[in-house]
Amino acid sequence: MPVEIPVEKWPGRVVEETLGATAAEGGTRSRVVKVGGENTLPFMFTDGEMPNPPRVAIEILDRRPKDWSPLLLEAWGDVVDDPAKWAKAAEEAGADLVLLQLSLTRDGDRPTTAADARAITRAVLQATGLPILVFGPGQVDADNELLVAVAEEAAGERIVLGICEEKNYRTIVAAALANGHLVNGRTAMDVNLAKQLNILIADMGLPLDRIIMDPTTASLGYGIEYGYSVMERLRLAALQGDKMTQLPMLVTPGFEVWRQKEAKVGEGVPASWGDWRQRAVLWETLTATNLILSGADIVVLRHPETVKRVQAYIDRMMAR
Amino acid sequence: MALTGLQIYKLLPQTNCKECGFPTCLAFAMKLAAKQAELSACPYVSEEAKAQLDAAAAPPIRLVAVEGPGHRVEVGNETVIFRHEKTFYHPPGLFLRVKDSWPLEQVKGAAKAAMDYSVTYVGMNLHLDGVAVEAASGNPEAFAAAVKAVREVTDRPLILMASDPAVLKAGLSAADGVRPLLYAATAENWQAVAEVAKAANAPVAVRADSLDALADLTEKVKGIGVPDIVLDPGVRDPAGTLTTLTHLRRLALKKNFRPLGYPIITFPGEGASDTIEEAQLAAEHIAKYAGFIVLDRFAPEMVYALLAWRVNIYTNPQEPIKVQPGVYEINNPTADSPVMITTNFSITYFSVANEVDGSGMPGWLLVADAEGMSVLTAWAAGKFDAEKIAKTVKTTGIEEKINHRKLIIPGAVAVLMGEVEEELPGWQILVGPREAVDLPGYLKLWKSF
Repeated sequence: MPVEIPVEKWPGRVVEETLGATAAEGGTRSRVVKVGGENTLPFMFTDGEMPNPPRVAIEILDRRPKDWSPLLLEAWGDVVDDPAKWAKAAEEAGADLVLLQLSLTRDGDRPTTAADARAITRAVLQATGLPILVFGPGQVDADNELLVAVAEEAAGERIVLGICEEKNYRTIVAAALANGHLVNGRTAMDVNLAKQLNILIADMGLPLDRIIMDPTTASLGYGIEYGYSVMERLRLAALQGDKMTQLPMLVTPGFEVWRQKEAKVGEGVPASWGDWRQRAVLWETLTATNLILSGADIVVLRHPETVKRVQAYIDRMMAR
Repeated sequence: MALTGLQIYKLLPQTNCKECGFPTCLAFAMKLAAKQAELSACPYVSEEAKAQLDAAAAPPIRLVAVEGPGHRVEVGNETVIFRHEKTFYHPPGLFLRVKDSWPLEQVKGAAKAAMDYSVTYVGMNLHLDGVAVEAASGNPEAFAAAVKAVREVTDRPLILMASDPAVLKAGLSAADGVRPLLYAATAENWQAVAEVAKAANAPVAVRADSLDALADLTEKVKGIGVPDIVLDPGVRDPAGTLTTLTHLRRLALKKNFRPLGYPIITFPGEGASDTIEEAQLAAEHIAKYAGFIVLDRFAPEMVYALLAWRVNIYTNPQEPIKVQPGVYEINNPTADSPVMITTNFSITYFSVANEVDGSGMPGWLLVADAEGMSVLTAWAAGKFDAEKIAKTVKTTGIEEKINHRKLIIPGAVAVLMGEVEEELPGWQILVGPREAVDLPGYLKLWKSF
């Protein structure tokens, strides 16, 4: 009995974006990384094309993490004391992108200054040839001050500035506009909020191919289904032709998973949770894999073993 | 696909005899479409129309059940492609495979470990659904012995896997009290296997490597008189599985294509080289359209993650899981123990309760009725404001249980502090941490606040 394959052709397509710039394009990256560009749901090659695989970014901090799980500290070793070495190690671990997370304070609890942020960004750019993303500490005043400095220091490198939220997007978008960067626009898990922020950012004159949307996510077991469905809805809207949702999506499963007990701690948890090391990597891996299935174009991860696992899955899905 | 009232009307006698209790055939058809009347009320409907109406009323993906004395698993009968469109209804059954070529003690041990496993997640007790026994030996006695050994350690349903109908039969006879899934009918053996399934009134899986061949087989098996069918489209790699299972879901729901309107069985272990990879594939199958998932590896951390993921994906997006509002006592609190408040979204509640519990420190946890929303969402929606917090404090009777007047509110709603102070005169309002994970550290310092 001949069965007609139910193909779905979508009128819309996600914007393709280029992260990083090589010397030819005015930067110093050894290569650029393209994201987005798909006109199908993830890996549904019977329906359309997915010119770029989902990308993996490794998150590094600008100082030794204070509250990270011992498993992460063990996996990275001494490089966590030096963001430049850490960036290099991340590249060696197979990252497509390096995400530098700035902290509010330096050793001795003095605040991170614009000069600190410039020096750290410069050091990271010199240590790795990968395109980078730089996220501020997450407090509006500090973000505004530090990210403007970072944007200037990295002028021409086509980095991604984050986190650009409704309360501070103007400063960060202006810094991206002035220095040729992209922004990562984060909203709470909600389709309309995401779309609205994209509109606000685009209204300032930043081209759509320099806006990434970050609909916020959650860990497996801790509300992932909300993020999962919001991303599916955003992607369906994009494929159906809604321009202001046709942006690549970035999510941070590493951050979400490693603050949950399942990954973070090995003691004082039920025996039914099984082996800690295996569980921690599994938790981050499954969270990231599932988010990729709902449309993530960039997943930000923390453990090098997870990076291998997620990339192996992506490779198998793209090889088809 | 459900018919409209007008489509149903065309199938009725159109005589307006009123014997059904409705004034006209059209009125009756409208009631049928709204599922407020039964077709049997019409004495004159033709057999042919009846068959058509019955077929139209059947769900696009057939509900298939397997059962043991202690557990029943129903899969299929899904109505949407994306969970946000409504919800996914019937979580896939998760089974562990054992083989009759293993020593019996190993078969028993593996089955027992998997079936004894349970884990508590957001107040639910989760476990695997059953055991798949494969006749790797090809020998009826060996298979029967393995099935019997598994039955001795579990009352849950089984999947019996053999290509030889005689072997399947031997397995069935050893699976007393169970309605298993028989796996599998293929182009070579379908007739005999379907006869075995029919005699046992058991569902049967059909396997073929193309959808064309699969549709042929289901029609043949159905024709023999086995209505409960499960599909194995033969793909094992993650990309092919995602594509094929998505096609099958679309065919059933969008094309109403009956020959493939059945639940699907997958074998993630056959496409994976270790536990984590198998878990990745199984997670994909949970999200994207499997009805039965047969695992080849068992590890507590893997099963915990998959069971949690299954709950997450099959949670009704329109109905957050809630806990009962009220006072929760953690670690036997006394009159001078701290009082905290949070919302009744289950994940919020359990994150907070688990942290306090794990800290070993006693505490009173007040849970406000925030319509099942998390703290920030509820605050944004006006369901967790100063008034609601004050009301929760007053109506739970916490004031009689304690000798102090200090209330810890979540750090995420620190802005509410002033308003809560106004609503609760005599109370000192303390701003707790933003994240539940920081509660133990905070509680250690509580006495000094």
